[in-house]
Amino acid sequence: MTTSQPVLSLRGMTKRFGTVTAADAIDLDLSRGEVLALLGENGAGKTTLMNMLFGQYTPDSGSVHVWDESGTERLLPPGQPHAAIEARIGMVHQHFTLAENLSVVDNILLGTERLFHLNRNRRAARAKLEALMTHSGLHAPLDARIRDLSVGERQRVEILKALYRDVRILVLDEPTAVLTPQEADGLFVSMRSMVAQGLSVIFISHKLREVLSFSDRIAVLRHGAKVGEMATAEADTHSIIRMMIGEEHDAPERSPGKTGETALRLSGINVAPGRDTGGLLDVSLDLKAGEIVGIAGVSGNGQSALARVISGLVAPSSGSIETATASQTALTPRTALAQGIGRIPEDRHHDGIVAALSVAENLVIERLDDPEVSRAGFLKRSAMAKHAEDLSAAYDVRGPGIHARAALLSGGNIQKLILARVLETHPGVILANQPTRGLDFRAAAEVSRRLIAARDRGAGVILISEDLDEVLSLADRILVMHAGELTETASRDRSAIGQLMAGHAA
Amino acid sequence: MIEITPRENPSRLLTAGVPVLAAVLSLVLAAIPLAFAGAPILDAYGQMVTGVFGSAFAFTEMLTRATPLIFTGLAAAVAFKARLWNIGGEGQLYLGAMAAVWVGTGMIDGPPILMVPLVLLAGAIAGGLGMLGPAVLKTRFGADEVVTSLLLNFIILIFVQMMLEGPLKDPMSLGWPQSEPIVDAAVLPQLMEKMRLHAGFLLAIGTAVIAHVIMAMTVWGLKIRAVGENPAAAKHAGIPVTRVFLAVAFASGALAGLAGVSEVAGLKGYLTADLSPGFGYTGIVVAMLAGLSPLGVVASAIFIASVFVGTDSMSRAIGVSSFLADLTVSMSLICVLLGGFFARFRIRRLKAGEAA
Repeated sequence: MTTSQPVLSLRGMTKRFGTVTAADAIDLDLSRGEVLALLGENGAGKTTLMNMLFGQYTPDSGSVHVWDESGTERLLPPGQPHAAIEARIGMVHQHFTLAENLSVVDNILLGTERLFHLNRNRRAARAKLEALMTHSGLHAPLDARIRDLSVGERQRVEILKALYRDVRILVLDEPTAVLTPQEADGLFVSMRSMVAQGLSVIFISHKLREVLSFSDRIAVLRHGAKVGEMATAEADTHSIIRMMIGEEHDAPERSPGKTGETALRLSGINVAPGRDTGGLLDVSLDLKAGEIVGIAGVSGNGQSALARVISGLVAPSSGSIETATASQTALTPRTALAQGIGRIPEDRHHDGIVAALSVAENLVIERLDDPEVSRAGFLKRSAMAKHAEDLSAAYDVRGPGIHARAALLSGGNIQKLILARVLETHPGVILANQPTRGLDFRAAAEVSRRLIAARDRGAGVILISEDLDEVLSLADRILVMHAGELTETASRDRSAIGQLMAGHAA
Repeated sequence: MIEITPRENPSRLLTAGVPVLAAVLSLVLAAIPLAFAGAPILDAYGQMVTGVFGSAFAFTEMLTRATPLIFTGLAAAVAFKARLWNIGGEGQLYLGAMAAVWVGTGMIDGPPILMVPLVLLAGAIAGGLGMLGPAVLKTRFGADEVVTSLLLNFIILIFVQMMLEGPLKDPMSLGWPQSEPIVDAAVLPQLMEKMRLHAGFLLAIGTAVIAHVIMAMTVWGLKIRAVGENPAAAKHAGIPVTRVFLAVAFASGALAGLAGVSEVAGLKGYLTADLSPGFGYTGIVVAMLAGLSPLGVVASAIFIASVFVGTDSMSRAIGVSSFLADLTVSMSLICVLLGGFFARFRIRRLKAGEAA
């Protein structure tokens, strides 16, 4: 319950990097038992602000005030990470910070014990954890190793880790990105009960629906400055989006497309589960030209395996793959490209680009032997440069230039680079795996618009996404993936699809 | 407190200037051990310079010494570009030398136009196969090529000693463990009268130019860089990662093998077990100092050869241990590694109480 008792106050936080002002005199207040949603596009300054709070960055100016239980105000010394920990401020990062080879208990205790303490009081720690789990409703198998847990479980461990340290202020950075709607709802119920007991939460999210249902107050950042703040009760989606991007946000325009011949047919595909990915159980899929098939599901249920099969990175143990030009038991990246399958990989940094190569080189890396790119083994440098200039302009790839390393591009621009590379060859099949993950509204809308345009041109698109809203707004047909099986659903109802995602028959 | 932040885009001047600075700094630092040895420091530096630039002979001696270093430096640079850690240059050098001796001591008889390329080819293939082994173990079983290629050096060296005591031993050598001399037709020609500098040097320069062209201008070079920088993305983009990796391994071994051929067929004329004073290992320093650039390898090989030759002559003139050369070369490596750090990161001292 929100009280008027303050716990945290950021005053005039400013941080400049060179000529860029990443945070410009931001004020932020948090009361005991309050959930404050922090909103903003990518690069709006959310991460910079949190990094200053946690002492990772030292602000150029500004101060952090905290109040302890007795209501005594204290100033946090800047640039000292342990000061935030001592003030009992905790953060759950979007990217987990768990040791994969250790058990849940070990991960939670890590860093709380003294280095040279010989006898570890595990029993007391376990008792405290058990109590904490009942208390919060967040459950995790204490003795399992992290590497054997699902993403949802890992996240619960992260939160338990913070709670175990008796945090009074918890920062959640996009906590539901990897959860089913049901799991997300469960998380909010747990967090609500913790909040009722006095926990204060700063909640960073791109999902407005969650922000509206979970938070008490909303603060919006844009271009490093706070542009607005309001009570959640008085806010609605339109007013928030207007504040975030400074203009009305339109849902992508789409009309039902005209479907044509089969563009890709998977029949009876089986893949054994890997160490950290789910497998596929007798998956069949018939993708027509001119349609977007959305695949919803919680991560780890086989989406990666499906994407890897279509990308040509994994050979199924059985089944067949039929494209417009050939039928085979397995694809390779080369044959996939040759048969007109464009791939937008899930992890764009890991699979999508070679960061040390230039933008121009990354744009042609999938067709190095194309006569437009090379002759007799020699690269056509000037043709490549012109090609890169044209594509960057057409797809609005912004950065320090086409000869700069791709590493210097922002996440959204890297995705635009990949999109440009995939779409310029007019592939008949497009595999888009989490194409808008981590992108801000504007970049995400651009990606959606491009995918719809490709569909209208006659491409068959497979859209794998954990964001159900995205699937609902883009897909012509929806399939749900659970435990390696693919189920088609005619329903457009969030909770019905959520049931399927959790493995219950509709 | 100090603050260390990565530089977003290190300037060309910085990346190129660092190795040069490191080289100069390592020479300056050599004054410290010189002072400990009680040598007259300025005189010692003077002797070093004369030892390299004092005469045409001294200068060509230095270039002769640089020749195998260019080859082994290229071997390391090409491999490291693909993140293939070939530490076995020394062994591949000996394999190349052994193959050259095997082909070039009477197995085939022919005119120089045939024999010289044959000897070079044999050495390159032998060296290439020498690195292909560890690379296959790596791609097949995930065995660390640092360990396998390094340990192979010792196996190969002992194998060479065995061959020199056995099948390859020259019956006319009065019991010394050395091979028969290479036939005249297979010897790399001398470049100048009365100088030991041989055609191997020109070959090394040409090879460096070719390596540069391949790396910078061809599809293959782009594939090698892509595989080295991000094998997952390279695979996703349809580049045959394993094949590129194995090809790089073969090329790298072949380059080290050419170092062996050039020493045996250009300089010594016959094979002994002390053919190389660690050229294979020094090649790694050469490559690092050159920032893995093939053309840079030529410059850094010449620098390091100058240090060796200059220090040799200095130690003869004023009686300081010639180990000083190894010390200077090692310091140059440390300097360039540290320098690389300073080129990539910006370091700022914070005043008391100042925010980072």
